[in-house]
Amino acid sequence: MKKMKKFIVLFTVSLAVFACSDSDDDTTDQSSDGFDRGAMLINFADNIILPSYQSYISTTQDLVSQTDSFVVTPSIEELTNLRSAFRTAYLSFQNVSIFEIGLAEELRFRDRTNTYPTNIQEVTSFIVDGNFNFELPSTNDAQGLPAIDYLLYGLGTDEETVAFFTTDANAEGYRNYLFALVNSINILAQNVLNDWTSGFRNTFVANDGSSASASVDNLTNDFILYYEKSLRAGKIGIPAGVFSNDPLPGNVEALYAQDFSKELAIEALNASIRFFNGRSFVNSQSGPSYATYLDFLNTIKNEEDLSTLINNQFATSIAALNTLDSDFTNQIATNNNAMLETYDELQRNVILLKVDLLQAINVNIDFVDADGD
Amino acid sequence: MAVFRIFFGVMMFLSMFRFWANGWIEKLYIAPKFHFSYYGFDWVQPLGVYTYFLFILCGISALAIAVGFKYRWAVLVFFLSFTYIELIDKTTYLNHYYFISVLSFLLFFLPANRYFSWDAKQKKMDSFYVPQWTVDSIKMLISLVYFYAGLAKLNSDWLVKAMPLKIWLPSKYDIPLIGNLMGQEWVHYAFSWGGLGYDLLIPFLLLYKRTRWIGFILVVVFHVLTRVLFPIGIFPFIMIVSAFIFFDAKIHRKILAFISKVCLLESKIFKISKTAVGNKIKANTTFVIKPLNAYVVAGFILIQLLFPWRYLLYPNELFWTEEGYRFSWRVMLMEKAGYAQFTVKDGITGKKFAVNNSDFLTSFQEKQMSVQPDFILEYAHYLGEYFTAQGHQNLEVYVESYIALNGRLSQPYIDPKVNLLAEEDSFLPKSFLLPFNDTIKGL
Repeated sequence: MKKMKKFIVLFTVSLAVFACSDSDDDTTDQSSDGFDRGAMLINFADNIILPSYQSYISTTQDLVSQTDSFVVTPSIEELTNLRSAFRTAYLSFQNVSIFEIGLAEELRFRDRTNTYPTNIQEVTSFIVDGNFNFELPSTNDAQGLPAIDYLLYGLGTDEETVAFFTTDANAEGYRNYLFALVNSINILAQNVLNDWTSGFRNTFVANDGSSASASVDNLTNDFILYYEKSLRAGKIGIPAGVFSNDPLPGNVEALYAQDFSKELAIEALNASIRFFNGRSFVNSQSGPSYATYLDFLNTIKNEEDLSTLINNQFATSIAALNTLDSDFTNQIATNNNAMLETYDELQRNVILLKVDLLQAINVNIDFVDADGD
Repeated sequence: MAVFRIFFGVMMFLSMFRFWANGWIEKLYIAPKFHFSYYGFDWVQPLGVYTYFLFILCGISALAIAVGFKYRWAVLVFFLSFTYIELIDKTTYLNHYYFISVLSFLLFFLPANRYFSWDAKQKKMDSFYVPQWTVDSIKMLISLVYFYAGLAKLNSDWLVKAMPLKIWLPSKYDIPLIGNLMGQEWVHYAFSWGGLGYDLLIPFLLLYKRTRWIGFILVVVFHVLTRVLFPIGIFPFIMIVSAFIFFDAKIHRKILAFISKVCLLESKIFKISKTAVGNKIKANTTFVIKPLNAYVVAGFILIQLLFPWRYLLYPNELFWTEEGYRFSWRVMLMEKAGYAQFTVKDGITGKKFAVNNSDFLTSFQEKQMSVQPDFILEYAHYLGEYFTAQGHQNLEVYVESYIALNGRLSQPYIDPKVNLLAEEDSFLPKSFLLPFNDTIKGL
C-alpha cells in the first residue's frame, strides 16, 4: 500500500506539472490557432441579421403607409404605388427568412409571413365576416405576403381590383383585411427585431459553445433547414413536381404577381450565399463565417477545399436560376425540365451543406448518446 | 464477484432510470412510426405504452441483481428485458448496450450470488470462494472488449490521419482547462495513438498484479476523459466499476465492508470478519456448479472471440459497407454523415415523386438510416408497403444517397438505378452499394 501511495503522489504531481506546462504554451498561440465562434456569431448578428431586419422593417413600414393611402383613396395610381412597395418588401423578406431563431421561431415568423399557396376561400370568408385571428396556425395560409399578393394581383384587372376596394358590397371588408395583413407582417417583424436589440443579440452572441443548444448549432440547423425546405423545395422543387406525381404550378411563390417568382428565388439564394460567406448586409465586406471556419478547419485536416466547392455550386445554381423564365408558372408549362435541372443544382449543395459542412464543423442534429458507430 | 454483481445491478438500475428521466423511452420507442429491426428479429416490436412496463421490469431486476435476490431469475429477466429493448430498434445500437447484454448472459451462468447477498443469507449457501474460472470469464470478456477495440483502431484513418478525432476534438474547445488544446493537431495524434495504446495494453496492466493500480488509474482517467469529450452516457462508469473485477479479494472485502457501513446493514446479516471467513473456508470451500455451466461459458467466450472477425468474409471496405461492423467492439472509429433522398416511382407510367423522410422517421432515425445500407433497404421496403397501401401501383423505390466518411468529401453511396424493392436483406454482400474509391489500410 505504501508503494501505491507513493505512486499516486508521483502521478498526481507529474499530471499537475504536465497540465501547467501545457497552459503556458496556450497563452502564446491560442489567438492564432483557434477559430473564434464568438466572433462569427457577432459578425452574423451585427453585420447580417440585425441590418437585414432593419432594412426589411423599413420596407414593411413603407408598405403600411402605402396601404394606408390606398385604402383611403383607392385608385389605379395608388394601387401601382402599393404594388411597388409590396414587391420591395417581398424581396427584402428573402434576406430575413433564413433566421428563424429566437422570437422569430416562437412567433412562427416565416410561416406567418410567407405560407403559400394562399387559401383563397379562407381569405374570402375572413373578408366577408371580418372575424379572424392571425395567431392561429390554421390561418397561416390566409395571411402574410402571399395573401397580399392575391389581393393586389389576383382579383382581376387593375380596374376590377380597385373596384373590390371601392364599389364591392364587401369593399370595407377588403380594405380592412388588406390593412390587417400588412399591419400584421410589419408588427411581426418589429417584434422580432425588438427582441434582438433588447437582449437576445447578447444572449445569442454569448452562447458561443459547442453544445447542441449553442447558437452556432441552432443557427446552422436553421440555415440548412431553410435552404433545404424553403428555398430548394418551396421555391423550385414543389412547384416543379419533385415531391408529387405531377408539377404543381399553383404552388409558385408570388403566384398572382406572375413575373416575380424568379426574382424572389434569386434574392433568396443570394441571401444564403452572403450568409454562408459572412458578407455584411451593409457594405458587403466579408467577416468570420462558415467559409472562413471551413478554411480554418482545412488547415488542420488538409482535405478538399469545401468552402470553394460550396461557393462554386452556389454560382452554378445562380446560373441555372438565371436561365429560367421570370415567371416560374410559364417555365413549368413550357419546359419543366429546366426547373428540375435547377432543382438538381440546388440539391447538390444540400449534400455539401448537410453532410460535409455539418461533419466538418461537427454540429449535431440530435441529442441521443451515440458513440460514433 | 459480489462487488461486481452489486455495481452492475446498481449501474443498470441508474441506466434505466436515466432513460426514463431523459424521456427517451417515449422518444425512441413509442413516438416513432416505424422501427428498424435487426435481421431475423423483426418480430421484436415495441409494446406501446407497455414499453414502460418493460423498462420497469428491467430496472427492478437490476436492483434484484444488486441485492442478490433470487439472483438467477433476476439475471434472466434482466437479460431478456434488456435485450428485448435493444432489439426493438437498431437505430439505438451502441456497443455498450451490446456489452451489457453479453455480460448479463454470462452472469446467468456464474455464481455471483454466493456472498453478500439476499440469496446467500436465506439459503445459507454463503461461500467465500467461487471457482477461479468464473471470475476469469468476466475478466476475459472485459479484456476482449478492450483488446478488440484496440485492434479495430489499427487502420490508416486512425493512425495516419488521426480521424475521426480530428473532426470531433476541435469543436470541444469550450471544455474547461483542456479546451484550448483541442484544436491542435498534435493533440489529435496524441489522443489517437494514446487511445490505441490504452485499449491494447490495459487488459495486461490490469491482469498483472504489479501494474494493476497503474492500470486502474489509467482506466479512470481514460473514461472520465471520454465522458467529458463525447456523448456516451454511462458507459465510462460501467467500464470503471467493471475494472474492479481485476482486483483481488482483499480489496473486494474492503469495499463490501464499506458498503455495509454506509447502508447500515446489520452486521449480523453480512458479517465480514476474518474468523467467520476462516470458518467458512473450512466449512464450505467448494460447492458444486454443474459442469454444463462451464461448458456454456467456454463456448460463449469462444464465439465472442471469433464473431468480430466475420467482416473478413466480406469483400469490400468495412467502414464503407458496414457489413460485419456491429457487435465487434468497434467504438468511436468513424464519423459518417449521410444524406438519402428516396424517390417512389410508378414502374409503368414512369411518374415519380420524392419522399420527405421527416414524415416517417425521427431525426435520429433519419441520421442513422442515411449512413447504413441495411437501414436504407429496410426503410425502402417500408416506403414500398406504405405507398402500396395508399393505392399506388407498380411501385419502385430508388434512393440517391451520399456519405462523407471521416472527413472525406461526400460520395455517392447506393446505386441510384437500383430498385430497392427488388433487393432483399441478407447476410450476403450488398450488391447495390457503389465502390468506396479510396482505401483504408489496416485490420
